[in-house]
Amino acid sequence: MDPDLVLLLNGIVSGLLLGGLYAAAASGLAVAFGMLDIVNIAHPALMVTGAFTVVVLGTWLGLDPLLVAVLQAPLFYLLGTGIYSAYHHFFEKRGEEALQGLAFFFGVMFIIEVGLVMVFGPEQHFLDPSYAYTTWRLGEIDLPLRMLVPALFAMACIGALFLFLHRSFVGLAIAAVAQDADALRLMAIDPVRIKRFAFGISIALASMAGGALVVVQPVEPSSGQVFIGRIFAICIMGGMASLPGCVMAALLFGVVENVTATFYGPSWSPAVAFGWLLLVLAFRPQGLFGKAA
Amino acid sequence: MTPNLRFWLGAALLALVLFLSLRLLGNDYAYFAGYFVLQYVVLASAWNILGGYAGYVNFGAAGFMAAGAYAAIVLRQALGLELLPGILFAALVAGLLGLGTGYLTLRLRGVYFSIATLCLAVVLQTLVVNWDYVGGSRGAYIVHPRDIPPFTSYAEYLFVVMLVLAILAAGIGRAVERSSLGRGLQAIRDNERAAEAVGVPTLRLKLVATTLCGALMGVAGAPLPYYSGYLNPEAAFSLAYAVNAIAMPLIGGAGTWAGPVIGAVLLASLQQAATVTISSALNLWIVGWMLVIFVALAPKGILGWFRRRP
Repeated sequence: MDPDLVLLLNGIVSGLLLGGLYAAAASGLAVAFGMLDIVNIAHPALMVTGAFTVVVLGTWLGLDPLLVAVLQAPLFYLLGTGIYSAYHHFFEKRGEEALQGLAFFFGVMFIIEVGLVMVFGPEQHFLDPSYAYTTWRLGEIDLPLRMLVPALFAMACIGALFLFLHRSFVGLAIAAVAQDADALRLMAIDPVRIKRFAFGISIALASMAGGALVVVQPVEPSSGQVFIGRIFAICIMGGMASLPGCVMAALLFGVVENVTATFYGPSWSPAVAFGWLLLVLAFRPQGLFGKAA
Repeated sequence: MTPNLRFWLGAALLALVLFLSLRLLGNDYAYFAGYFVLQYVVLASAWNILGGYAGYVNFGAAGFMAAGAYAAIVLRQALGLELLPGILFAALVAGLLGLGTGYLTLRLRGVYFSIATLCLAVVLQTLVVNWDYVGGSRGAYIVHPRDIPPFTSYAEYLFVVMLVLAILAAGIGRAVERSSLGRGLQAIRDNERAAEAVGVPTLRLKLVATTLCGALMGVAGAPLPYYSGYLNPEAAFSLAYAVNAIAMPLIGGAGTWAGPVIGAVLLASLQQAATVTISSALNLWIVGWMLVIFVALAPKGILGWFRRRP
């Protein structure tokens, strides 16, 4: 085959796998930002916290990172409900989400990042699973397991979340709270309780995305920074509250970023993220897959 | 005496007292510490114009500041021009950056502007790291003259420049507050739709504010390479600027010209004193906690304590 074509095909496939990781990171945000309208800019920082606890617990227990990520998710669910309770008490109830709420999450992000530096130091930490250096080959196309497994894990998590949101009563209530919290109150359901629950899920997803991140690359306290632009761009492109839209946008994003990196050098990939975000905000703020408001 | 005259006379007097007392002290370290505090007065006042009056949060202070710093470096490398033209050029570059970001995102909800500024810093840092002309990730060296007469040392010169900039920044903040621009921005903060409905040109005012805010942040950054003699992307885009630019106005009292000045003087002096005794990470950590605690418990900042509740 033509070497350029092989390069392009490999770029697209590994872009799809990378997109799987982005989908994991962005799906939690789609719940918090898209459905609950909580601009949680600390989401990537919480994801990196999840990655660090995975490294610590996984090294200590000698378990696979993804398994640890699933086991620790309930803890992060509790953390999420705690954060939401504080956010609701101090900002949402007063109607001061816009300025003070944003500053609050910025402060939380900052505290987490600096806290991680103080505990673990600024250097990289890693925990390689047993399959980290295995690569499957499909003809000319490489499928490194350290990318493939997290992508599949992410799809499994998002699939479970999708079923939960569409089949269970609480899941439907979350969708309802996104549309009209007052109407929910009229049906004797406490929207605050539902939102707290949903935000807990969002943070649990962030920690599981952190587990996937550990498999893909070594983590450092500032790893979250490059994800902020990406996952917000993905979330907005995906049409905010839609999980399938979020996954599509993440995969597309991974492919564009990876093909750019393949042909123009990896140092330009963050610029791609920002360029996309600006273009989407300027021309299609309802997202690529969203409906016009 | 008009209030305006009183403000400028008072500021000039304060500046003179500061200058003379530091000269009596005659210690270069005092000048550097003073510069450190004053740069934050500029930065916090700049943030306050958009964040305090209009309620639009700019997370990209480090990005705008670094844009100013690198604009000064570029001007020096390209044309050999020194600090003062560098400051003007930095204002131009960072102002245009603010205008561009604002133009693309401000027609939507304010959150999108905030998110865009948040990634702006990351992307600008990538660009600078890849740009060999300004030293890339290795950084750029600035060799400044030993002294500039009539000043006794270069540190004193930098201090005086920053002192003038800080007074100008506070003065601009005060002028904005008292002008129709400031009242329009406050109307936007309280209810943007209602403001639009009664004929406030919201988009135009917001764009003026982002441009002004960006330009002032660039101005705060322009002397940075001259201050440290060496600038690398990591130092220029330091998270410390981003968090302080938000924490200082909010802790001092956002939406008033004096709030950011009080917050900056207080927090920056604390940090300057603390870096001598404790690690810089712990130092920033404390600022983060103060920010969270203040926005949660005292949303009107320190100035809010002295005002009667409506």
